[in-house]
This record gives sequence, structure tokens and C-alpha cells, in this order.
Amino acid sequence: MRFQALTATAFAIGLLGASSAQAQTEIQWWHSMTGALGDRVNDIANGFNASQKDYKVVPIFKGTYPESMTAAIAAFRAGNAPHILQVFEVGTATMMAAKGAIKPVYIMMKEAKEPFDPKNYLAAVAGYYTDSKGNMLSLPFNSSTPLFYVNKDAFKKAGLDPEKAPKTWAEFAVAAAKLKASGQECVYTTGWPSWVHIENFSAWHNLPIATKSNGFDGFDTEFKINSPHHVAHITMLADYVKKGWFTYSGRTNQGEARFFSGECAMLTSSSAAQGNIRKNAKFDFSVNFLPYNHTIEGAPQNSIIGGATLWVMSGKKADEYKGVTKFLSYVSTTPVQSAWHQGTGYVPITNAAFEATKQSGYYEKNPGTDMAIRQLNNKAPTANSKGLRFGNYVQGREVIEEEMEAVFAGKKDAKTALDQAVKRGNEILRKFEAANK
Amino acid sequence: MAAEKRVVFRSAWLPYLLVAPQIAITVIFFFWPAFQAAWYSFQLQDAFGLQTEFVGLRNFHELFGDPRYLESFKITAVFSILVSTIGISISLLLATMANRVIRGAMGYKTFLIWPYAVASAVAGVIFAFLFAPSVGIVTFALKQIGVHWNWVLRGDQAMILVVVASIWKQISYNFLFFLAGLQSIPKSLIEAAAIDGAGPIRRFWTVVFPLLTPTTFFLLVINIVYAFFDTFGVIDATTQGGPAGATNILVYKVYHDGVKSADLGGSSAQSVILMIIVIALTVVQFRFIERKVHY
Repeated sequence: MRFQALTATAFAIGLLGASSAQAQTEIQWWHSMTGALGDRVNDIANGFNASQKDYKVVPIFKGTYPESMTAAIAAFRAGNAPHILQVFEVGTATMMAAKGAIKPVYIMMKEAKEPFDPKNYLAAVAGYYTDSKGNMLSLPFNSSTPLFYVNKDAFKKAGLDPEKAPKTWAEFAVAAAKLKASGQECVYTTGWPSWVHIENFSAWHNLPIATKSNGFDGFDTEFKINSPHHVAHITMLADYVKKGWFTYSGRTNQGEARFFSGECAMLTSSSAAQGNIRKNAKFDFSVNFLPYNHTIEGAPQNSIIGGATLWVMSGKKADEYKGVTKFLSYVSTTPVQSAWHQGTGYVPITNAAFEATKQSGYYEKNPGTDMAIRQLNNKAPTANSKGLRFGNYVQGREVIEEEMEAVFAGKKDAKTALDQAVKRGNEILRKFEAANK
Repeated sequence: MAAEKRVVFRSAWLPYLLVAPQIAITVIFFFWPAFQAAWYSFQLQDAFGLQTEFVGLRNFHELFGDPRYLESFKITAVFSILVSTIGISISLLLATMANRVIRGAMGYKTFLIWPYAVASAVAGVIFAFLFAPSVGIVTFALKQIGVHWNWVLRGDQAMILVVVASIWKQISYNFLFFLAGLQSIPKSLIEAAAIDGAGPIRRFWTVVFPLLTPTTFFLLVINIVYAFFDTFGVIDATTQGGPAGATNILVYKVYHDGVKSADLGGSSAQSVILMIIVIALTVVQFRFIERKVHY
């Protein structure tokens, strides 16, 4: 019976945690990076372990983001939390609210007298994880933002200029019609529907996702994603589904494979998809800014990030925190960050690493790799485009995606669905507010 | 009854000691978590368990006021009826056929029992591949005959997918029981019917099938329980309850709300309700089988 799973997991983790070697101070790092990304994580840990003798960082893959977060919560309840936990951006509010479970990074750095200046970190990234007083609570690690990918060969075949990717949704419609007419079976698809078409759509057009600066100013925030602009955007997408211009591929990155296999000619998905696309695509492609709605004033603004940060868990020994401090400083050094950025497609988290990569001529040699950071820095972030901070947003995002799916399946119109998403989303926010007074 | 063997212990504590490990396991792994679930169902907790508030029946109240929970009940009903009726019908057909085969009967039987060794999560993955919206072989075949297959968006197709995968997984189990049931039917009864002039179809419906009723009923209960709980792996590996909650059966919702969404109170309230359903099913099963199993 399933309700035992959580307890059983906690029990198993308890057994595992009991047997650790004592020669060096061991630091457990739970993460969710798979494949090549997992190798890079191990590189970082090995690099740190080789650089000194007192501490040993042990990276452990704990499943997907929600899985590793759940595992850490169960471990925390059993008194065996890891030292460092990689948490995805939608888990941020939950972590921040768990005051007794986390050790804010700025406090840990201060206690260990480690030099630490939040200004060294990219504003668009760090802002997401900073409290209202400007204190960094967790260390940004892997951050990405959605971009717009175009298959240039398909454009050529459809009689379109391959060098001119659509900049607005109006231009997008013209291109889509031509692509469809040229026999392109799947014209456009997207990864991460809510992240791209609700959250980033809002930021990119300087529209609020929710009140209280998208939740930054308090738990009593309420969703605003049923504005006429949002409704118009989702209505447009539903119309594209009907016209055969938009093929829905699911809630995560399933759309990416359909793009690099050549099935779909256009894609909006994470900038971190670039590595895979570059490796697999047998055609010429371009990486572009997200299309915007030119009738909305002030667009395009700047996009917001996705990805994860490193949270330090509470209740560890002072000596262990010293090791964690040293490790986080090591992660932020320019060589480590430049290698991470270039090896993965995630944006560099420090300004120094960005400058170093620029100077090395990497961006000229690999066109498109700087699009993410340029889009994030397109304009100075406003209250609507700094990020978002919603409690239980794993659930909230799913509610939005469910409602979007209902629209794309032709079961609901956009207005009804988004009204419903707001109503259901607010219920989740209220529940979180009640549980975290 | 006279021949019943009975071991008599002289010691007062030895029998208790001997059953102690089993009792301990039951208490630790079954009763304790069940009790915890019941306890949590009256609470509102944050994810890390740092703040706990006793809220009485509020979690239950919220559940039954939630149209999606009621929808999940409906989905579970549709899903389990489809899985059990279609699954049982196909297995019965296969068992009847396999029972008639004389040459290579062993081979047929082995192949039919094989899928039972496959874990449900693996079954889910296999079907997810076969029916994958863009690269699946079946998807491709369906496209040739003009069916637009995209279960990531279409709820009815997602339901078909999980139903098919779940049935496939359970057919072996049903098959085994039906085969055993068929083989225990006295040949003389069937021969007598044949002599009276009943054809094979008539023989099946008037003689064989009534004699299989206890087996069928047993399998019906088992299959409903299976559809309620053990199909978790299939759903997690394919639709994950989507699209738009179209395959979000009760047990998946418990997992989803508790583990993925860290809403322990609401999830525990749902498991308590599930627990009540299982208890009811078990009672029905025992009552019926006690009375009806001897024919």
C-alpha cells in the first residue's frame, strides 16, 4: 500500500546515513543532474576534493528535482538530511519558508568569515534567491531560460528567409502558415508549457504573474494569469493547435527531441537544450529570443530563469559548515563557472565567469550560446520580471498545465481555463500560507 | 474434520515467541504507517514537518469539496471496471482456448504466463514506447489508418493506453486461475452435456461458466484491487495522471499530493479513504468466498 512509501524511504535513508567514514569530513551533496550534466557535477566535486585534504564532497544523484527534494524532506524528518541539496526554482518558496530546516548561505558565509559578495553574482539569477533585504539564501548553481529554436533548413524549404527568425507572434504566424503549406508536419512545439507560455510570457511582456511582486513580497500573493493578454495568448495557441501549427508534446522537455529529429520546425524550450540539439540535429538551426506580442506595450522586457540552486541544510557541525563554505566558494570561482557554463549550456552565475567566457571568444565560435544571458539581461528587471516565488508551486504549476492541456485539447476556452487556474492556484497558495504562518 | 492436525504447545510463551517476528513486521510496516496516515489526516503540516496544526476533519472536508477528487473517484471507477471486465474476458477466452490445445499446450501456457514476471513500471515503459506520440511503432501504424494518436494531450487516448497496459500485465494472473478452474471441472459433466446434444458454445455457457463463477468472482475482486493499487507503476511510467488529470486514479493522486506536492495532510486523508475502500472490498471477498467457494 502506497502510503507507507514515505516512511519506508525515510527508514532506508536513515540506515544509509549511519555508515560514513570519518577520515575526512564528508559532505553529502544531493543533486538531480543526469547524463553529461551528472558528469560535470562529478568533475566539480572531484576538482574540489583534489584541491584540499580536509573535506570530501560526495555528490549523490537522488532522482528528478521533485524526487530529490522529497527524499531530502524525508531525510530531514528522520534527522539525516544531506549538507547540500540542489533544489529547483519552483521549490524556492517552500525552502525559504522552512526556516528551521535550512541554513541561509549568507549566514553560513558570515559565520565562517568567508568573503562573499552577492554583487558578484548575475542579478537576473541571484535576485530569484535573495530575500527582501538583499541577502542570498541559497547559492545559484544551474540556471537557464527558455529560448526560441528555428530549423533553418525547414525555413529554406518553405521559401522563408532562414536568417530571419520570427521576432513577434505575428511574424510567427506568417512563417507557420508557410511551413505548414510546405508540408512540414509539425510546425512548432514547446517544452515546459507553463514556464514558457505563462511565466516567461508574463515576464517577457512585463505583466504580473501574481500580486505582491509575483510573491516576492509575501505569502498572501494571488495569481493574475487570467488577464486579457494572457487569455489572448493562450487563445492564440489553441487556434494554432486547430490550424495544425502547434503540436503539444507534454509538460517537460519531450518537445526537444521532436525538434532535433527534424519533426518539428520550431521549438521554444530551455537554453540548456542547446547541447543536445547541437549534438543531434542534422540540419542548420538558429537560437533566438522568444517571440513577443508586439501589441503589448513595453515588450520585450526580460525573461526569467529556471533551474536550481544549492541549499544548505540546518543542524550540521561547525566543522562541516566550514567545508560546505569552502566548497560553495570553489563552485563560484571563475574557472569552475566558465567550464560549467560552456560544458552545459546553463548561464554562468557570476559576472566574472561571463566576462571570462566572452573574452575567450567562446561566443563568437559558438553562436547562440550567449542568447540566454542576453535575453535575461535584455532590460533591467521589473517587479514583474524578477522571478516568482510561490509556495507549493510544484502543484501550482501542474494546475496551470492541466488547464492549458484542457484548452489545447479543445475541452475549454482559454478564459474559462485560466480563470479556473487562478482559482485553483490561489487555493494552493492559501493552503501554503496557512501551513507556514 | 476428525483428521485435523493440531500442534499443542506445552510452554505458555513459546507460541507467542514464534509468531513474534511476523507480528513485529506487521506492526512496524503495516499498522504503524496506517496509524500515522490516520493521524496525519487530521493535521496541516508544512513540508518539513516544522509546523503542525491539528485541523480536525478539515482535510476530509476539503477533499469532498474538491471537484477533482470526486472526478478522480469517477476515473478510478471507469478505469477499474474497464481493466477488470476486459481483462477477465480476454483471460477467460485465452484459458478456454489453451485448455483445448493438445499439441504444444505447455508452450502456449508458458508464453501466456510470461507477462506476469514483468514489473508494472516496466510494462508502463514498454507501452509508453510503443505508443509514444511521435516515435511509437503503434502510433505510426495508427497514423497509416488515419488515427491521430497523441495521448499527451487527449485524455480518452491516455485512458486507453493505461487500460491496455494494465490489462496486458494482469492477463497472465487471470489466465492461470481460469486454467486451474477449467481443469478442475469434471470431464463427465461436459461429456454428459455433449451426449445430450449441447454444442461447444452452449456447453460453455450452461455448464463450464457457471462452474467457474467462484473463480470469476474471486478474480473480479482481485482485479479491482489490482486496478486500484498495483497499476500505480503503469501510470507513473506513462501518463503520470495526465493529461489534465484524465488518468489520475485515487492511488496516484495520494502519491502525487503527498510525495510530489508535499501536502501530507490531504494525502493522508486520501489514504485513509482508500484504506476504508480496501477493507470493504476484503470483507466482501471473504464473506462471499466463505459461502460460495464450495460447489
